Amino acid sequence: MSMTFHVDIVSAEESIYSGTAHMLVAPAEHGEVGVMPRHSQYISLLKPGEIRVKVSDSGEEHNIFISGGVLEVQPHVVTVLADTAIRAKDLDEAEALEAKQRAEDALANRKADFDYAKAQSELIEAAARLRMIQKLRNSSNKQ
Amino acid sequence: MAGAKEIRGQIKSIKNTQKITKAMEMVAASKMRRAQDRMLETRPYAEKIRQVIGHVAMANAEYRHPYLEERDVKRVGIIVVSTDRGLCGGLNINLFKKTVQQMREWREQDVEIDLCLIGSKALGFFRRMGGNVVANTANLGDKPRLNDLIGTIKVMLEAYDEGRIDRLLLVENEFVNTMSQKPKVTTLLPIEPAGEDQLKHHWDYIYEPDTVPVLDTLLTRYIESVIYQAVVENVACEMAARMVAMKSATDNAGDLIDELQLVYNKARQAAITQEISEIVGGAAAV
Repeated sequence: MSMTFHVDIVSAEESIYSGTAHMLVAPAEHGEVGVMPRHSQYISLLKPGEIRVKVSDSGEEHNIFISGGVLEVQPHVVTVLADTAIRAKDLDEAEALEAKQRAEDALANRKADFDYAKAQSELIEAAARLRMIQKLRNSSNKQ
Repeated sequence: MAGAKEIRGQIKSIKNTQKITKAMEMVAASKMRRAQDRMLETRPYAEKIRQVIGHVAMANAEYRHPYLEERDVKRVGIIVVSTDRGLCGGLNINLFKKTVQQMREWREQDVEIDLCLIGSKALGFFRRMGGNVVANTANLGDKPRLNDLIGTIKVMLEAYDEGRIDRLLLVENEFVNTMSQKPKVTTLLPIEPAGEDQLKHHWDYIYEPDTVPVLDTLLTRYIESVIYQAVVENVACEMAARMVAMKSATDNAGDLIDELQLVYNKARQAAITQEISEIVGGAAAV
């Protein structure tokens, strides 16, 4: 008896795995699920974990780590839409803040050239003042 | 002979430039091929998600996700996908022209605009042009990663969730073929409902944990994947445009060298002729 189904594991960046399988085990939101051929239509969110694809009866299997995603099951086709990275709400939040910050910084940098010029002129002035003080000191030492 | 020497120097410097443009052309050509492969690899994910969203949205019509709902437009968000580096012909300029035209159209309808910029060229342009930039990311390299985009996308999605923007547009370069890339504007949000053929389904999925979170996740992932695709496609466009630009630069340098070579030969010939006539004249005088 050889009942198989097709498995596609894809992420937004690339196709990770494609082939036939006897069974697939995935880390669903409410615990691990095993999918066998002719499973009824099923959709589930996945937690970060390992997907095991059993390729043959002899127990040969592929292990693929995913960091979350969605599992879609049709009777003869199983698709895993894998996330490319560990996703957490606050992590995303931090990234978003960073992107905002970058935009603000980039716009603020318009002033950078001006500030640089100002700083330079101040530096020159300070240096001149220092030289002046040094000169005064030297002349007072001589006296 | 002074003229001839100057020309020789010029020819040499143009030859050096030609070497550089030739090298850039070849680098761009090989990178383009890889970028195109990557572009194809991203397709199945988005297609699959689109199918599932279509199905899920049809299966429970009573739940209307805000991403699927049309709203009155008071403010739009525009995501502009540009390159990080120049020397790629008119690729970015055409894109910005399209963006500015799009912005003008919205402004005429009294709609305000938030910009989200991907790529440092866009940032440079809109810094000069002015515009309300709310998020940006740059220096993604030749192999952009979704990770680097998540934050930027999140800013726009959040703005949409909170009702600060009512429509999200994407301005990107479309890879038609190696010779031509076209700027294109697409509406990301609200998502236009999928085709009618979805209605034919008699069955429904078993959902875990529930339809709503599944749909939420899928919609977010979908938007992300569309933007990611645009970024990857933009890399392919950049490389193709650079290849073409560098090829024409190399050809132009070749033409210039040929012309200068002619001028050089003439100058050399004139100098020799003059020298001979001087010698002959001198000999005759003796």
